[in-house]
Amino acid sequence: MRGFNGLLIALALAFIALVSVTLARAQSPGDVLAKFTTDDFSDTAEAVEALAASGDKMAAPIIFALQDGRLLFDAKSKTVFIKDASGAILDAATGQPVTAAPAELETVGINNRLRRAIEAALGTLTLLAPEPQKRLEAALAVYKSRDEKALPALDTAIAKETNANIKRALLEARAAVIVLSADAPEAARLDAVGVIRARGDQEALSLLSSLPADAPPALAKAAASAIKAIQGQLEIWNGVQNAWYGLSLGSVLLLAAIGLAITFGVMGIINMAHGEMVMIGAYVTFMVQEVIRTRYPGLFDYSLLMAVPLAFLVAGAIGIAIERGIIRFLYGRPLETLLATWGLSLILQQAVRTAFGSSNKEVGAPSWMSGAFEVGHLNITYGRLWIICFTLIVFVALLAMLRFTRLGLEMRAVTQNRAMAAAMGIRTARIDALTFGLGSGIAGIAGVALSQIDNVSPNLGQGYIIDSFMVVVFGGVGNLWGTLVGAFTLGIANKFLEPYAGAVLGKIAILVLIILFIQKRPRGMFALKGRAVEA
Amino acid sequence: MLMSKSIQAVVTRPNARWWLAAATGLAFAATGAIQTAKAQDTIKVGILHSLSGTMAISETTLKDTMLFLIDEQNKKGGLLGKKLEAVVVDPASNWPLFAEKARELITKDKVAAVFGCWTSVSRKSVLPVFKELNSILFYPVKRWVLAGTDYVYPRTTNKILEAYLKAKGVAAEDIMINYTPFGHSDWQTIVADIKKFGSQGKKTAVVSTINGDANVPFYKELGNQGVKATDIPVVAFSVGEEELAGLDTKPLLGHLAAWNYFQSIKSAGNDAFIAKWKAYTKNPKRVTNDPMEAHVIGFAMWVKAVEKVKSTDPDKVIDALPGITAPNLTGGTSTMLPNHHITKPVFIGEIKGDGQFAVVWKTPGLVPGDAWSDFLPGSKDLEADWVKLKCGNYNKVTKKCGGQAS
Repeated sequence: MRGFNGLLIALALAFIALVSVTLARAQSPGDVLAKFTTDDFSDTAEAVEALAASGDKMAAPIIFALQDGRLLFDAKSKTVFIKDASGAILDAATGQPVTAAPAELETVGINNRLRRAIEAALGTLTLLAPEPQKRLEAALAVYKSRDEKALPALDTAIAKETNANIKRALLEARAAVIVLSADAPEAARLDAVGVIRARGDQEALSLLSSLPADAPPALAKAAASAIKAIQGQLEIWNGVQNAWYGLSLGSVLLLAAIGLAITFGVMGIINMAHGEMVMIGAYVTFMVQEVIRTRYPGLFDYSLLMAVPLAFLVAGAIGIAIERGIIRFLYGRPLETLLATWGLSLILQQAVRTAFGSSNKEVGAPSWMSGAFEVGHLNITYGRLWIICFTLIVFVALLAMLRFTRLGLEMRAVTQNRAMAAAMGIRTARIDALTFGLGSGIAGIAGVALSQIDNVSPNLGQGYIIDSFMVVVFGGVGNLWGTLVGAFTLGIANKFLEPYAGAVLGKIAILVLIILFIQKRPRGMFALKGRAVEA
Repeated sequence: MLMSKSIQAVVTRPNARWWLAAATGLAFAATGAIQTAKAQDTIKVGILHSLSGTMAISETTLKDTMLFLIDEQNKKGGLLGKKLEAVVVDPASNWPLFAEKARELITKDKVAAVFGCWTSVSRKSVLPVFKELNSILFYPVKRWVLAGTDYVYPRTTNKILEAYLKAKGVAAEDIMINYTPFGHSDWQTIVADIKKFGSQGKKTAVVSTINGDANVPFYKELGNQGVKATDIPVVAFSVGEEELAGLDTKPLLGHLAAWNYFQSIKSAGNDAFIAKWKAYTKNPKRVTNDPMEAHVIGFAMWVKAVEKVKSTDPDKVIDALPGITAPNLTGGTSTMLPNHHITKPVFIGEIKGDGQFAVVWKTPGLVPGDAWSDFLPGSKDLEADWVKLKCGNYNKVTKKCGGQAS
């Protein structure tokens, strides 16, 4: 029985394919191409469909060109051209280079509906492409388009495919088509539900829930149980994802706060201009990228690496200048320090606004920081991953510096007991300047990383100053480990609250919790023990 | 928008007659103290835009636009034979300060008119746009995500949209409303939620009323997590050329925005304006956007009205304004309505790879601005008419000016 049904379907499909081919044949290739020249979205859609069904060897290149905005037309002579990667103009009908192309060529426009049609058409056309990457994309495109016409091509591709990953994608695409196909035998559809269930992600869920209400009861039941199983699994992954987002947010908080942990935590200076040091670091990144873009475009992927030491030096130098110029006159007067640095932050913002303009500056992501990959059902973006790594590197480097270098030793000595350190021959004034410079420099480094996720504008720093103080106070003033734990605790708590309470309420809840916590432990999670200087 | 709220708050007081909010993105105020200005040989024009604070990103450009327009007018020989002189003040993104500074401009600097505020007419006409969206998105959208910044404009817009969607039979569980604080920068959870909400078997679209700064990280996260316009299109009511300047737009191909003007619109007036603007700012990469066009129209209308009544006396100018027409930059002619709103076409554009928009839909004609939404219980009985009723919030039910709807 099953075999008979299969035969029937094969026949039906062959018939459909034949009809569409004859329909397409009925229009000469010239007619199809002429449809592109009206530059009307529905005409273009018809042309794409006709081309995809025609089996013409130029179909794939033409549709690719359309997708990339390289398909040109001349409205007067109703001819269509392809511009290839090198900028040469080819005749779309023959694929041969054109010597005398008309002067004024216009690009065939596309919109979202066309983009979907193009992806579906390309999916069918490139299922047998020699490049594995293209075949995989084709399989995913068919999975999305669920185009029944792609079935014969899918079956051929599955029989030929050797790569296990692509084969699985192809089988899933086939299952997606069959599950929704009302003509397919019930047994095949039930099998397909099993394939989709094994896939187990959000897309699978979406596919199964779009099953029409009039599906056979057995199928509906199988789909319902699959949906339940997938949902249960995704619930767990959801928790994992929240934890990951929390880590990511925590690393951003840590990066912004770590410089403040030095200036506020170790030195006890309330530095309201800390956010502006972050902002300056971001602008240094922008300038490095501008130079690279205009002079050495090949080095773009290394732009961030080059910006890190530069941002440290620039922000550090400005920090030292601030300490020498303003803050050293105000030691022991916290209120005046606060007001002076706050005023300074406004001056710095306005200076940057005057120099660079108030609009956002574009800081690009190098290729190794763009995109995402999946671990199980966890979607990890490279940018966030690198920021976490980078934060940890900065943190470890700073710890090592304080622990193992002479400068670090002197810094600790000055914070623990200034008079004694001075008596031992340490030039405390110099150490103060260097410590403040170090804190500012690290804020500058944070700016390099934050330029990747936030907008580079004069206001960049304002958004981080409050969070930074929160982290340092919560973690325990004067303790780097406290800052680390504090940042990750706040990040993760925030991300677990957000899905339930929303972003606004989540933030308020965190603030309230910190205030309550500070009431109980005024010196933060990890309070410094012993005789701290100012205490 | 932010600003016009505070001005409008003053306008709604019946005795504050000399305040006038012409809602095209410019608040337009003038006083009787103008007679003293007449004696001088310049006409002073006040410019009220935040040059510092969070709104500076959008508003500094608008200040430059006004200086540019005044410069152009002076090159043509000024107004009524006098040169125009700009008086720039900075309300520092501080909303109460806007009203204070406006008062200062009028009483101390004796300006003839104040141009200020940052808003757009497309926001006023959000509903007509929204009604069209379903057909523009090319498939019947069943689920809607309304994402906005947590303050008065997005909350009002989303209230209108929600009421409209429910009236159209969209179930409550198919509408997700999400608010974020100002300058929100960590969008991971929200974008993941949108993805999840959108992959439950029903076609989904996002309507974003996220304000200024926060858009950049939002769009970056959309690109990173691979939310493509072909799967879940995002329609923005507050993202323009200026906001996209800080972004790599390649991952955002096909997301939509609704405005009254796009830089990419081809018309003789627009081409000339862009060329002159780039020459004036000496920056060939400088973009133009919708609020700038609002200033161009508003300024042209003021000039026309002043020339018509041969005086800068604000009461006369205000009475002359309704019915004044001025060419807009998209090839049409805009008219000032009795409710002091301006008719304009509405366009929906798709983000292109170069940070510009390709127009995919436009209103067949000009859309009249409506001061009060017909969809909210609190405002559907209200009407603004400065010609017959001389009132900005006339209640059609109680037939009184200044009354809230019952």
